Amino acid sequence: MDGTRKKKVTRFSAHLVLIIASFFFMIPFIWMVSTSLKPLTQVFTFPPEWIPKPVKWSNYIDAMNYIPFFTYLKNTTIITLVSTIGAVLSCPIVAYSFAKLKWPGRNILFIITIGVMMIPGQVTMIPLFLLFEKLGLVGTPYPLIIPAFFGIPFYIFLLRQFFMGLPDSLREAAKIDGASEFRIYWQIMLPLAKPAVLAVGLFQFMASWTDFIGPLLYLTDSVQYTLSLGLQQFQSQKGSEWGLMMAVSTMMTVPVIILFFFLQKTFIKGITFSGIK
Amino acid sequence: MKGDIPLAENMNSPKTGPNKQINITAKKRLGNWGEYKTGFLFVSPWIIGLLVFYAIPLFSSIYFSFTSYSILQPGEFVGLQNYKNLMNDELFWKSVYNTVYFAVFYVPLGIIFGVALAMMLNMKVKGMAVYRTIFFLPTLVPHVALAVLWMWLLNPGFGLVNGVLSTIGIDGPSWLGSETWSKPSLILMSLWGIGQAVVIYLAGLGDIPEDYYDAAEVDGANWFQKTFHITIPLLTPVIFFNLVMGIIGAFQQFTLPYTLTQGKGTPANSLTFYVMYLYDNGFKFFKMGYASAMAWVLFVIIMALTAFVFITSKRWVHYQGK
Repeated sequence: MDGTRKKKVTRFSAHLVLIIASFFFMIPFIWMVSTSLKPLTQVFTFPPEWIPKPVKWSNYIDAMNYIPFFTYLKNTTIITLVSTIGAVLSCPIVAYSFAKLKWPGRNILFIITIGVMMIPGQVTMIPLFLLFEKLGLVGTPYPLIIPAFFGIPFYIFLLRQFFMGLPDSLREAAKIDGASEFRIYWQIMLPLAKPAVLAVGLFQFMASWTDFIGPLLYLTDSVQYTLSLGLQQFQSQKGSEWGLMMAVSTMMTVPVIILFFFLQKTFIKGITFSGIK
Repeated sequence: MKGDIPLAENMNSPKTGPNKQINITAKKRLGNWGEYKTGFLFVSPWIIGLLVFYAIPLFSSIYFSFTSYSILQPGEFVGLQNYKNLMNDELFWKSVYNTVYFAVFYVPLGIIFGVALAMMLNMKVKGMAVYRTIFFLPTLVPHVALAVLWMWLLNPGFGLVNGVLSTIGIDGPSWLGSETWSKPSLILMSLWGIGQAVVIYLAGLGDIPEDYYDAAEVDGANWFQKTFHITIPLLTPVIFFNLVMGIIGAFQQFTLPYTLTQGKGTPANSLTFYVMYLYDNGFKFFKMGYASAMAWVLFVIIMALTAFVFITSKRWVHYQGK
């Protein structure tokens, strides 16, 4: 009796703490959605009105006309999807090689990989920009896509940790059956690493989807802009269209929220630090 | 013919040790070579990526840092001039100060908040997926929108924060408009968006075997003891990882202050962070040599700090099963 009551109290207080904390973390989202439905005059009022009246649905239509919304959406989607595919294709196979195959220099190269994770992006930013400039790729989305196909150190690290945790016996057994290394990787090990691959895919998706500095550097023509760059266009010298800006922000955020909600458990399972050395 | 017979005999006789062994080692070597080849083949995309996107840019930026290179004109070799100029550049020192200030507060606070939040989100209660998504929300909202939201929340006139403060009799500061309060404001905003670090802590908490807690329960340990004698020590490898990433991230603070001040670092350059100034030099003033020198100074600072963390980590990072 006492035990169950104690449990109930703990569970209740757990929910209470979580709900109070959640409230603080919800504010940005609530405000974003609420502003997206307000006329400009109601945006900055105090005390704030959380529920807009009247609800101005037309902000969403106006926002899509204010900036070339569908062009930006298409650009963002292409960059995000292609770079996510790139990361998901390249990183697992590299990580598998680090985790399960033996070759001379493997450990040194892995240490270098971890070291590379610590290079600030700004150190390589200028030479990379000049490289892409020489290749004539500045002003195209390629600089935002190509690198993902050649492995990203943080993702390689995460995936390698995950592969390390998978038993060698599966590989040995498949080998005795005469399977090629690529088949072992593709048909046995990669499916087992699904949570980690998913985590990497989601990380890359979110990074590309909201990336600001990359498009700012490389996309010179406004026809190629992504949504995160397009958001800036709602702020102008003449005044800012907050409601419209938040409408686009909401449309940008909702798909990622849905993705995270359904995948969070697998996502977290995919990140493992056991066996870290 | 004659030569064949002993060989055939050898094959069948039990004393064929040496011969067979040679055969096996040859095969093994061949097998190893096969594995080497696959290993190299599988890792080859990353070797190209490492060279093209990391190693070559890294080393060419050393070279650029010794030149007066800009996109507009081919640079000349100027030796250490860029570095000398940096030492006399007041705005450079200001940006160093701002960045260090931010890092000193943000990194430790980020770890404390991050671990605490992750522990909360690791409780076994219903609806956790909803809570986790909510805590992750600030990281999903685009930065430009976040910047606008914070400008509103922290507005001295009609902002929510000062509104709440005034109801309890506190006259709030002008936050982003004040030289003293602009950086604390940014620290507050950044702490709010630590969802990514929390996810990594959550993963670390999931790796701690349940057995330890069961054993502690049997021994009558309370929540406090379990947290400080099981959870925190076993989480140290993850804390270590996030500490290193946190330092790197803090020194690379860019998007939030950039969008918040529209690239100006106002008021009075109190929000001009290192990378913002670097970006301005490289891509606004086209002083790419100068910006490369800044990038290298940053790299050396980060490397020194990381090395320091690595050295001390032996004292406080505990690995499971050791």
